[in-house]
Amino acid sequence: MGLPNEHALRYYLQGVDELIYMDCVASLYGRNHLGDIVKAAAKDIFVPMTVGGGIRSVDDATEILRVGADKVAVNTAAVANPQLVSDIARRFGSQCMVLSIEAKQVGADRWEVYTDNGRERTGLDVVEWAKRGVAMGAGEILLTSVDKEGTRKGFDIALVKVVSAEVAVPVIASGGMGKPEDVLTVVNEGRADAVAMADILHYKRAEIGDIRTVAENAGLGVRHYESA
Amino acid sequence: MSRPEVTVIDYGVGNLLSVQRGLEHCGAKVILTANPEKILTAKRVVLPGVGAFTNAMPALESLGLVAVIRELAQRKTPLLGICLGMQLLLEESDEFGVTAGLGLIPGRVIAVPDRTLSGVAQKTPHIGWSALQASNETDGWQKTLLQDNNPGEAVYFVHSFMAVPTDPMHRIADCIYGGHSIAAMIRRGHIMGCQFHPEKSGEVGLKILRRFILQ
Repeated sequence: MGLPNEHALRYYLQGVDELIYMDCVASLYGRNHLGDIVKAAAKDIFVPMTVGGGIRSVDDATEILRVGADKVAVNTAAVANPQLVSDIARRFGSQCMVLSIEAKQVGADRWEVYTDNGRERTGLDVVEWAKRGVAMGAGEILLTSVDKEGTRKGFDIALVKVVSAEVAVPVIASGGMGKPEDVLTVVNEGRADAVAMADILHYKRAEIGDIRTVAENAGLGVRHYESA
Repeated sequence: MSRPEVTVIDYGVGNLLSVQRGLEHCGAKVILTANPEKILTAKRVVLPGVGAFTNAMPALESLGLVAVIRELAQRKTPLLGICLGMQLLLEESDEFGVTAGLGLIPGRVIAVPDRTLSGVAQKTPHIGWSALQASNETDGWQKTLLQDNNPGEAVYFVHSFMAVPTDPMHRIADCIYGGHSIAAMIRRGHIMGCQFHPEKSGEVGLKILRRFILQ
C-alpha cells in the first residue's frame, strides 16, 4: 500500500480538506501506533488531522494530540466506557472529540453499532448511540457503514440520512466511495456534512481534483484553495 | 539574516505543535514559553487556544499572564490570537456563564447560532472550510495580515463560540455560516485575532502567518 505519509503529502498538495489516520488493528493489540506517523506528517501538512484507533483513555488522547493531531476518533473504547467521550470533550473541547461509529444494518431502517473494525457487535442502536455520544460531548460523528466499506458501491445513504437528521453535530460519511459521483448522493440525499474516502484515492481510481470538480459542477460548496 | 522570532504563549491548552510547525514552515524561530519576562520582551506574540474560555482565563491568570498580555498591548507588541486565543481578546464570553476576557478589543463572545438566518436548525460547532470576505465595504485588506489573500479563499474553522466586536471597524474579515456573518479576523492596532486556524488552512493560512512574522 505504501507509506502513509507519502499518500498524505500527495493529498495535501492536491488540496485535501482534512486527513483521517486510522490504526485499524489498534484495538486488537491495545494501542495506537500512529504517533510517529502523525508527528512526521505535522511537519509539512497544514490541514486538520484526525487520528483514531486504540484510543482508550484521556492520556492516549493527550499523547496523540501532543504530536500534532487536531482531533481524536474513538469507537471501541467509547462503547466500553462512554464516560471517556465526556472526559476527552471536557479536557480538550468537543471539537476534538470525534465519535467513530461502525454501523451494520440489522433490519429495515435499523443499524447496530459494531466495534473492532466491524468484528464485534454491541447490541446498541446506531441512532440512539449517536445521540447519546453527542449529549456526552462528541463534536463530530465519523459514521462508517460496515456493510458498504470496501464494496465501492456507494455510501449507505439511508444510514447517513437518519443519523445526520437526529444529531446537531457534523456527520462525516464513510464507507463505500466507489466513484466521484457517490459524493453527490451522500451529501444531497444523505445530508452528510463531510465525506471520508480512502482506497479510491490510495489506488488512484480518482484524484481529489476530479472529485472536487464533480462536486463543484453539481453545485456543492467546495473550497477554493491554492496548491502548496 | 536571522529568522524572525515568534513567541507562542504556552499556557497548557491545546495543540501548540501545529502552530509551531506552521510558523517554522514560514521561516520563524519559535519560542514556546509561559515565562512573563520572555513574553514581555518578545518581538511578536501568538496566543493560541483550543478548548473552553472558562478554563483558559484562569490558566492565564494563574501563570500571571493576564497582566503581561495587557502590557503587550501597551507596548504595541504585535499579538495574534488564534481561535480561542482570539476570543480571549474580547471583554467577556457567554461560554458556561459569563467570564471576563482580556478586554483588549471591545465586544463579547457568544454562541454560534444554532439556527440559520432563515430559522432552519444548523449544526454547531461550526466545523470546516469557509470563505473569507471583507467585513467593511470601505476598508480593504491592505496593511492587514490578509493583504496577500483574496476574498473567497477558504480557511478552516472549528468553534462553538464567536467574537462580536462592538466596533465594526475592528472586523477585517467575516465568514458566512447559515447566513450569519461571523467575525473571522479582527484587529485593533497591533492586537489581531483570527477565529480560524491559519496553521490548518493550507497555503492560504500560511500566507497569513508569513505576513504576521513580518509585523
